[in-house]
Amino acid sequence: MGEKRFMKGNEAIAEAAVRGGCRFFAGYPITPQNEIPEYLSWRLPEVGGAYVQGESEIASVNMVYGASAMGTRAMTSSSGPGISLKAEGISYLAAAMLPALIVNISRGGPGLGSIQPAQSDYLQATKALGHGGFHAMVFAPNSAQEAVDLVYDAWEYAERDRNPVLVLMDGCLGNIMEEVELPPMKALSDEDLPEWSLTRRNGRDYQGTITPIYTEPILESINAMAGETYKAWEEEDVKVEEFLLDDAEYVVVAYGIASRVSKEAILRLREEGYKVGMIRPITLFPFPKQSIRNLDYSRVKGIIDVEMTIPAQMRDDIALQVLERCPIHEYGRSGGCLLDDDGVYEAILEIVTGGNDNG
Amino acid sequence: MVEINTSLCKACGYCVKFCPKHILELGTVRNKRGHFYPVMTDADACITCAICATMCPEGAIDVSERKV
Amino acid sequence: MAEYHRSAMIADSPSGYCPGCLHSLATRLISDVITELGQEDNALNVISVGCSALNLLYWSGDNLSVAHGRAPAAATGAKRANPERLVFAYQGDGDLAAIGLAEIMSAANRGENFTVIFANNQTYGMTGGQMAPTTLIGQKTTTTIYGRDPATTGYPMKMCELISQLPAPAYVARFALNSPKGVRQARDGIKKAFQMQLDGKGFTFIELLTNCPTNWKLSPLQTLEYMNTNTIPYFTPGVFKDITAKEADA
Repeated sequence: MGEKRFMKGNEAIAEAAVRGGCRFFAGYPITPQNEIPEYLSWRLPEVGGAYVQGESEIASVNMVYGASAMGTRAMTSSSGPGISLKAEGISYLAAAMLPALIVNISRGGPGLGSIQPAQSDYLQATKALGHGGFHAMVFAPNSAQEAVDLVYDAWEYAERDRNPVLVLMDGCLGNIMEEVELPPMKALSDEDLPEWSLTRRNGRDYQGTITPIYTEPILESINAMAGETYKAWEEEDVKVEEFLLDDAEYVVVAYGIASRVSKEAILRLREEGYKVGMIRPITLFPFPKQSIRNLDYSRVKGIIDVEMTIPAQMRDDIALQVLERCPIHEYGRSGGCLLDDDGVYEAILEIVTGGNDNG
Repeated sequence: MVEINTSLCKACGYCVKFCPKHILELGTVRNKRGHFYPVMTDADACITCAICATMCPEGAIDVSERKV
Repeated sequence: MAEYHRSAMIADSPSGYCPGCLHSLATRLISDVITELGQEDNALNVISVGCSALNLLYWSGDNLSVAHGRAPAAATGAKRANPERLVFAYQGDGDLAAIGLAEIMSAANRGENFTVIFANNQTYGMTGGQMAPTTLIGQKTTTTIYGRDPATTGYPMKMCELISQLPAPAYVARFALNSPKGVRQARDGIKKAFQMQLDGKGFTFIELLTNCPTNWKLSPLQTLEYMNTNTIPYFTPGVFKDITAKEADA
C-alpha cells in the first residue's frame, strides 16, 4: 500500500513528480498553478534537487532545457498564457531531443483570458505546442490520483522517446482536494543517467553535443524519426476509458474535468433509461482514434463532444473518426464559467430526446 | 622558432602588423583556401616574443623557444 | 621569450569565422585557458545564437546549443543540475543585450556560479549587419543606413556598467582584443573568471570588444584602428567589479 494523503491536485502533481525522480524545477508564477512551484520550492531541496524561480516562462523552460541536458529529470509548469511563452523552449526541447515534463493547469483564453478554469488549450497541446511541426505526448488526467499516476511515470515516456511530455489539466482539478495514494520514491542512481547526457566527460572519449540546430539532411532524418515515434505512440501508448459503451446510443466524448461532470450526468440519464455512454481520452495525443472509429454506428445515433471551452476544440479529431456516420453535437461552457451536473444533464437530455438538432 | 600552419591562415595580417621586429610579411603563395599566408623574412632576428601567435585569430602560429 | 601552442579544444581546421574576426581569437583564448587549467573534460560551452554558434563546428569540448538569448537560463539549469562542471556561456551582443537581456541580468542578479563571455562587436553579424543594442552612435548598419540616431534608437548599452551595479556578481571586466596587450589582459581575465567559478565565488562576466570586418565593411587591420578610435573610447576597458580584490585589501 502506498501512502495516502489528502492533497490539492497541484500539490499531488508536485509530490508525484518528486517521487518520479524530478530533481529540477523552474517556473514563473501564474494562476491557477501556483501550488506546484510553491510546493517544489521547499520540497526539491529536501531531496537534493534544485528549484529556481525564473525571471519569465521563457527563461524557466530554458533552465529546464539546461538541466535536462545534464540528464536530470526536470519539469516546469504554467497555465495557458505562460505555455504560449514556453512554446519556444518546448520546440527546442523537441529539437534537441531532451526529455522534460511540462504541466499546463489551464484557464480561460485566449489572451490573458481569465484565471478561472477552462479547457481552452486542447488545440495548442495537441497540434502546435511550438513552431516546427512536432508533438509531445499529452496526458489529460481527470482526478488527482490519475494525475499522480501519470506524472509519476512521465519521465519513463520522456526518456524513452527523448521528447517532452505534457500534462494538460484544468484549474478545477488543480485546485480541488482529493485523497491520493502516493507511490514510493523512485530510486535513481548515476547509472540511470541517460548515456547522451552531458553530466560528465569522465571516460567518454567523444565530444558531447546537444543541439537544436542541424545540417539539412540530418534534420530531415530527425523529422522522419519523430514521425515514426508518433506512429508508435498510436499503436502502443493510447490510454482511454470507455464507459457504458456496450449498448450506448449516444456517446459523450470528454476528457479531464468535463469527463467527470459528464459521468455524473450519464449516470442520471441511465437511471431514467437513456442509453448514454462515454469515451474519455486519457492521452489527447496520441488520440484514441480506434475507440471512436470502431463504435457500432448502426446503433449509435449521436456523439456529444463535451468540453469546458467554446467552441469545442476536440471536434475535428472526433469527426475524423466518425466519418459522418452520425451527427456530432457539442456542449460546453467557457471563459472560466464551469460545467455543472445539471447543465450537462440537460444538454444531453435535450439531444437524446431530439430537442436539439445542431449536429 | 615560429612555425606557421599555413592551412589555417586567413591572411588577416595581424601577425605582420604587430611583429615588433618587422620580420613577417604576407607572402605571394596562396593556401588551399586562397589566402596569401605570411612568411618570415629573417628568422634569425626572431626573439620568440609570441606576439604573432597572441594576435592570430586562428591559432595558426606555434612558437617555441628552441632555435631551428 | 615566450611559447605558444594551439589548444586541442578547438578543431584542427580553420574556424567558420571570416578573416580577421575576433570571435575566433576569443574562442582560441577560451580554449587556451581551459587547457591551461586542465579543464578540458570538465568544461561545458553553452553556445548561443548568432556568429557565436559557429563554435558548434569549431569547439571540440562538450557543448550545449541553446535558443537565442537564453544561454544564461540554460546555463543556470545545467550548472544547478551539475555544479561540478565548468560552465560558460558565450554570447554576442544581440543575443545578450537585446533578446536575452532578462536572462543575463537575472542570472547575474542570482549570482549563478558560471561564467558569461560576451563578445561585443556592435552588430548582428550572422544576419547581415543590422543594428545591435551596442551599435555606436553614428555607426552605419543595414538598419541604420545613415548611422545610429539616438533620437529613435537610444544609446549603445554598457553591459559591464549595468551588471557591476548588482550586488551578486563576483567579477565583471571588459577587455579589447585589438592589441597584444588587450589580448593578454583578456586571457588573464578569462582565467581569473574560470578559477573563481571553480572556487565557487559566483557569477563572473567578461566582455570582449571584438570586430566585424565583413559588416563594418573594413579590412581586418582597419577594424582594429576603428576600435581604437571609436569603440574603446565609449566602452572603456577595465575591471568593474572583483570581490577577490576586496578580499585581498581586507
